[in-house]
Formats: sequence, structure tokens, C-alpha cells
Amino acid sequence: MMTSLGPYASFIVTSYAAVALVVVVLIGWIMLDYRSQTERLRELERSGVTRRSGRGAADRS
Amino acid sequence: MTLIDLANPSRFLALTARVLPWLAGATVILLAIGLYQSALAPDDYQQGATVKIMFIHVPNAWLSMFVWGVMSIASLGTLVWRHPLADVAAKAAAPIGAAFTFLALLTGSLWGRPMWGTYWEWDARLTSVLILFLMYLGLMALWRAVDDPSRAARAAAVLTLVGAINLPIIKFSVEWWNTLHQPASVMRMGGSTLDKSFLIPLLVMAIAFTLLFVTLHLAAMRNEILRRRVRSLQMMQASRVAFPSAGSRRDNASNEVGAA
Repeated sequence: MMTSLGPYASFIVTSYAAVALVVVVLIGWIMLDYRSQTERLRELERSGVTRRSGRGAADRS
Repeated sequence: MTLIDLANPSRFLALTARVLPWLAGATVILLAIGLYQSALAPDDYQQGATVKIMFIHVPNAWLSMFVWGVMSIASLGTLVWRHPLADVAAKAAAPIGAAFTFLALLTGSLWGRPMWGTYWEWDARLTSVLILFLMYLGLMALWRAVDDPSRAARAAAVLTLVGAINLPIIKFSVEWWNTLHQPASVMRMGGSTLDKSFLIPLLVMAIAFTLLFVTLHLAAMRNEILRRRVRSLQMMQASRVAFPSAGSRRDNASNEVGAA
């Protein structure tokens, strides 16, 4: 594979590897952020703090 | 579902939950097809196999400008129409745009070394893209520096619209000045100068990367809405502790995007 890419194979492979790495880091960061935010939200709701739209009518009156 | 319906963060979250798996699937399939076609593309008669770098460099370069364009439209939404999700969209797009711009610079540099004999040259195209990258970083720093999201949104929107001046400079830099970078060969008057064996894989990769951006952007917007929801709940919790009977403060704290 490397030989078919000619004398500049290292430049080509490094470019593709860098793109793959950055995209994977971006996806991982977004997924971890989602998990962290949903977990924090769940903790807050478990402690009794709820959104206005999530509160019952009795609580609002 | 209309644009006005999407102004409701809860509806937007429901929409992203439905759409994201399909978008992610389409992105993976298109990326696989694009990479397969790129691997099979012939060597260029002058550049040899290094032409394969084009299939990842050009989509990242296009997206670096496209994302700033999306942020500019979102900034208009913040300043003119005050759309509740506009600054969420702009803030969520900035790190993704910065990543694409970084990749455009890096892959361009790795392509430039064997073709031009240098990794970097301070010519108009390269310098204007570097400025774009620095502007992305500046915007991200601004969002982090200001605590109040609505104040940060207005300042960031102004900065984004001013920064949009750089987009035509990047696009036409290769025509206005003598640069080491080649002139446009796809989006130009008179049609593309690329042979089909290069053009088709390039367009497939460009669509795949655009879908990747849309997928990541929607996911990042969802995270930002949740982050603001968490923030407003924390403010409500804090105000309950400080003022146990202050119901009005509690309601004020829940008036931010994502709290509804």
C-alpha cells in the first residue's frame, strides 16, 4: 500500500491520519459533553430542582 | 415543522433525537464511498499520488469558510430577529469550524512540502486562512470569557459579522495577488478544470464532510441547549438556598434558552 503511494507516501498517510484523529476527537468530545450535561441535568432534577415547564400546576399556583 | 416551531428548544431537541441517527448513518456511508473512490483515483501526471491529499484538504478548506458563513447567518438571527436558537447555533459551530480550518491548514502544509518545497509561505491565501483560524479561536475565547450568554452572544455576533469580510478575501486571494496557491479549479466561471476521475471523488468527499458538519453541529447545539438548561437550574437551586421564599427569582432564572 505504502509503495503504491510513491515517494511521498508519508505525507499522504499523515494527512489522512491527522484528519481521522481530529474527527474522532471532535466526535468523542461532543459525545462526552452530551453524557456530562444529561448526567448533571438528571442530578439536579433528582435533587428536586425542576424546570418551570416541568413543574406541576399546584407548584405554580 | 416550521422555523418558528424550532425556536422552541424542547421541540428542537425532539427533532435532533429523530434526525441525528439518520444523518450519522448517511455521513458514514458517504465517507466510506468517498474514501474508496479516493483510494482508486489515478495519480496526477504532475503531482503523482500526492493528489490524494486534495480529497481531504479541499473539503476541509470549503467547510472552514462554510461554517463561518453559517455562523454569520446565525449572528444575523441573534442581532436582527433575536431567534432563541441563533446564538446557540453560532456558539456550537465555532469549535467545529476551528477543527476544519486547522485540518485545511495542516493538510495544505503537508501537501505543500512535496509540491512547493515548503510547508508554509506567507502568501495571501495561506495567511488569510490562518487569520480565519485565529478568529475562530478568538470567538471561542470570547464565549468563555463572558459569563452571561446573552451578552456574549451579541458581542460574538458582531465579531462574527465583521470577520465575514475575510471570506471573500480568502476566496479571491488567489486572483487578487500572486500566490503560491493554485487558483480555483472547481468553483470557477467556465466550469471545473478537474478531470472526472478526480472531480467525482472530491464532490462525494465534500458532501460527506458537509453532512459530517451538519451532524456534529446539531449534536453540539443539543449539548449547548442542555448546558443552558443545567445553568438555569443551578441558578434556581442557588436562589432557593439564598432566598427560600423568592419564587419570582426562581422564575427569572428559568427564562433563558433551554429553560422552557
